[in-house]
Amino acid sequence: MGLGFSLVAVLTLVLIALGGVGGANLQYLFGVIIPYAAIATFIVGFTLKVLGWAKVPVPFRIPTTSGQMKSFPWINHDKFDNPDTTGQVVGRMLLEVLLFRSLFRNTKTELRDGPRLAYGSDKWLWLAGLAFHWSFLVIVLRHLRFFFADVPVLVQAIEGLDGFLQVGAPLLYITDVVIISAVTYLFIRRVIIPQVRYISLPADYFPLFLILGIAITGVLMRYFIRIHVVGIKELAMGLVTLKPVVPEGIGVLFYIHMFIVSTLRMYFPFSKLMHMGGVFLSPTRNLANNNRRQRHENPWNYDVKVHTYEAYEDEFREKMKESGLPVEKE
Amino acid sequence: MGTPKPEELIQKIDLTPQWPGWMDTPTEIKPGNFCWGAKAKDLDGIGFPNPREWNPGEEDWKLPENWKEIVIEGLRERLEKYRTLKVFMDICVRCGACADKCHFFLGSGDPKNMPVLRAELLRSIYRREFTTAGKILGKFAGARELTMDVFKEMWYYFFQCTECRRCSVFCPFGIDTAEITIIGRELLNLLGCNIAWITGPVNNCYHKGNHLGLEPHAIMSSLEYMIDDIEEYTGVKVEPTFNRKGAEILFITPSGDLFADPGTFTCMGYLLMFHELGLDYTWSTYASEGGNFGFFTTNEMAKRLNYKMYAEAKRLGVKWIIGGECGHMWRVLNQYMDTWNGPADFLEVPVSPITGTRFDNAKQLKMIHAVEFTADLIKNNKLKLDPSRNDHLTVTYHDSCNTARGMGFMDEPRYVINSVCNNFFDMPENTIREQTFCCGSGSGLNASENMDLRMKGGLPRANAVKYVNEKHGVNLLANICAIDRAALTSSMDYWVPGVAVAGVHELVANAMVFKGQGKRTVDLRGEDIPGMEEEEEAEEAAESIAVQEPQEEAAGAAGEEGSE
Amino acid sequence: MELDSLLSEKREEITREWFNLIIQAYPPDTAKFLKNQTNRFANPVGHAISEAMEAVLGHLVEDRDPADVYRSMDGLVRIKAIQDFTASQSIRFIFSLKEVIRKKAQGQHLSGELLELETRIDELALGCFDIYMACREKIYDLKAKELKSMHFRLLKQANLVSEAGDPGSGPVGGNGS
Repeated sequence: MGLGFSLVAVLTLVLIALGGVGGANLQYLFGVIIPYAAIATFIVGFTLKVLGWAKVPVPFRIPTTSGQMKSFPWINHDKFDNPDTTGQVVGRMLLEVLLFRSLFRNTKTELRDGPRLAYGSDKWLWLAGLAFHWSFLVIVLRHLRFFFADVPVLVQAIEGLDGFLQVGAPLLYITDVVIISAVTYLFIRRVIIPQVRYISLPADYFPLFLILGIAITGVLMRYFIRIHVVGIKELAMGLVTLKPVVPEGIGVLFYIHMFIVSTLRMYFPFSKLMHMGGVFLSPTRNLANNNRRQRHENPWNYDVKVHTYEAYEDEFREKMKESGLPVEKE
Repeated sequence: MGTPKPEELIQKIDLTPQWPGWMDTPTEIKPGNFCWGAKAKDLDGIGFPNPREWNPGEEDWKLPENWKEIVIEGLRERLEKYRTLKVFMDICVRCGACADKCHFFLGSGDPKNMPVLRAELLRSIYRREFTTAGKILGKFAGARELTMDVFKEMWYYFFQCTECRRCSVFCPFGIDTAEITIIGRELLNLLGCNIAWITGPVNNCYHKGNHLGLEPHAIMSSLEYMIDDIEEYTGVKVEPTFNRKGAEILFITPSGDLFADPGTFTCMGYLLMFHELGLDYTWSTYASEGGNFGFFTTNEMAKRLNYKMYAEAKRLGVKWIIGGECGHMWRVLNQYMDTWNGPADFLEVPVSPITGTRFDNAKQLKMIHAVEFTADLIKNNKLKLDPSRNDHLTVTYHDSCNTARGMGFMDEPRYVINSVCNNFFDMPENTIREQTFCCGSGSGLNASENMDLRMKGGLPRANAVKYVNEKHGVNLLANICAIDRAALTSSMDYWVPGVAVAGVHELVANAMVFKGQGKRTVDLRGEDIPGMEEEEEAEEAAESIAVQEPQEEAAGAAGEEGSE
Repeated sequence: MELDSLLSEKREEITREWFNLIIQAYPPDTAKFLKNQTNRFANPVGHAISEAMEAVLGHLVEDRDPADVYRSMDGLVRIKAIQDFTASQSIRFIFSLKEVIRKKAQGQHLSGELLELETRIDELALGCFDIYMACREKIYDLKAKELKSMHFRLLKQANLVSEAGDPGSGPVGGNGS
């Protein structure tokens, strides 16, 4: 159900762009208005969501400790799995955000037995996840070339690295291959691993199809179908300088690409994709395990009804005296 | 279980069941998997809502008319109070990394025990009530209406989670199912839907100071029993004090250790060690509970129970506190206590009077773990030890979920065990330390009516014990948790007979050499230590051991017979 | 001896088909997990199934030590006994082996040998039934033990119960923690 629904939704988006630009000539709508609306929705939505999380207090310091805590000097402290200082927390977060440390944990021990399939599927999730996210980042950075009159050195360097294979004309970017393979893997995994299929919602398939759609249209434009690159740069520069222009002859494929990208941007703040912001705010990861050493305040801590010693003694005074226990009041 | 109905018996041989999506699979509340409902008198005793007699197995749970509103308002309130909840409701990508990490899923095969689905129970309601997409798209956005069936499903599965946090270790965003279960249980508590096994001890603890409801004289007589046993077995006469003002240290341990074997042996271990050191410490009958079953009801109740520790320390004028071996107790102490009831400015930074070690890592809490205290003693050669006294034991160590993943207390107990035992083998890497498997009975689920569930949850842990039992002849499972001591005993009895269960301080005391001790031929369980028998019996015993299977010999020595 | 050689020859096939029948008792997502996760600690149930199958086939084909078979069957039945299965469902796995073998032996004119083999499988099934009962009794035994231990020491302390000449301790259990 979720799969079909999501696929149809993404195909519909493609048709809308196709009809809108190819049929109704709404270039300005798809090239200017929608992209502006999308980027605005993304920035405002993302910010509001993160602020929404940030304004909720963190009453308790409850990191999940995944290694030995700081203890005696003669016990080896597992700094990045059980951070004790802010610096170590930063280390843990970097390992988490840049290398997906927790997912990697899946892969240890391999005491194999049994007559059947090999172990190791979990490692693939980590690898595919990492490959996908990193190539996505590189691709986004590469796209910056469209928004600068002079392409920054950093962007050029990234492009150089990405195309280092020196295959094909135009040069083949490794990330293009990687992102399509990784997303395809993540999709197939979702469908064929029954546990994952069982827990999957339309909201899990939809972004996968969106991203796949973006990647495919992008690849088509770069390698297979001629488009008017100079015109696109002109459009992009117009957008960033707030003097939008719509050059002629860009090609409908570009508008489809742009429309799916815009959809992703608009969808982003309302979806699970917000894990991009959320991972930084997860209290089980971004706090040091140092409660015994340093006080953590709960902003909404309030007084509670307690059973005092006096009430206790009142109830048991006679029994306490009989057993020879000291009492406050005779 | 129970007697099958006739129609269940006449099933087609090649039954290929249809399994619809999880939202469309109704939950059947099965005997053996749930605990009796909270009793009216207990809910009343602690001022919880909706006290009544009810049975979760029956159709009518006797909830107020506006139950749904109460749950949703409760959820709204908590979304504004806990960033964990708010973030965890939004960011799960359902990658499935947690799916097969839960001991209940592994042992039961019930897909709704996958941690991600446990969280989705609540998330689906969150989406329906608090997100636009959920309101408009409904099921397509993973949202669903809170119905009575959904509410019961929440109850059923939030009481099939032991809050062990194993899944949280593997989650790329650190989503912690324990946190979701804790808050889920808070919501259930708004309608008086807890279990008797939790609310009973909570009510006891609130009024009487400990989960068991032991009154002051009963605590003392419990310890007197142990004092007699200790004298009989070791020749040492220990003299603990109670509610003594001006002592340097207050000692608080889970009350399970006061009367239930094998916890009592651990308790005897503390008594002996503290006595030998001449430690200036006192017990309290008012703060006579280290554990905190309140933690399995609501944050507020946990705080109400926890209050007694600092209050009693202040009243008695002690300098600092030692806490005994207990799992969730230490999660609470490490991650909550100071925030709730601190700062305890009237206490001092703990300094071991024996070694002079200053526990700066506990300078805010002013409370240290008994094993930490002992590890420091051993490191500084302050305990006279003869580990060969434990040579009949081959030991492995079970990391409690809470000390492992809520604290990171892993190497200290291993150091102590290795100092007092000559034969130690860890279980396989993916079953210990931060990846440790729960005993299957944590977070207040160690009742007896849900024994089937407990055994399911205990399987992954037992399976790893079985492996070292077969490979290395392990016959003793050491741990630092009172629930473990009780629950693993049953779990081992079912899954790996012949493996006994013991707290670390029982092993410490058995290996200690005391000043002026008598001839010690038995351990703290009153059982003969092989190789240490009375001389005239020694030869005979040696022969009889030689003909036994090695495993049985070790097991017998380790404890089975002792419980008769 | 022809059936024997058939069994040895097609052992892998039989194992695979038998395994598939056994895991049908679980929801498909669980079943797939049981099948694919081969780490014995990450998948104790799957491991127990494989061990039991291996031992049963080993016994039937190579006349392996019966004690070995019972130990392995115990490993599996012990799990089934606490997994909400009825008694019949818990020991069905052993009968499904007959189904698999019968299919393999079809058209091979082995009915005499087949009957003999099925008798041996029936014997194993009876053994499974004993194991199942012992497991259920153990569960009730554990419940009784824990309940007793909750009250026993206290009753003793209150001098409400005593055993002649017994200063010993009560059994295990309790929930104070």
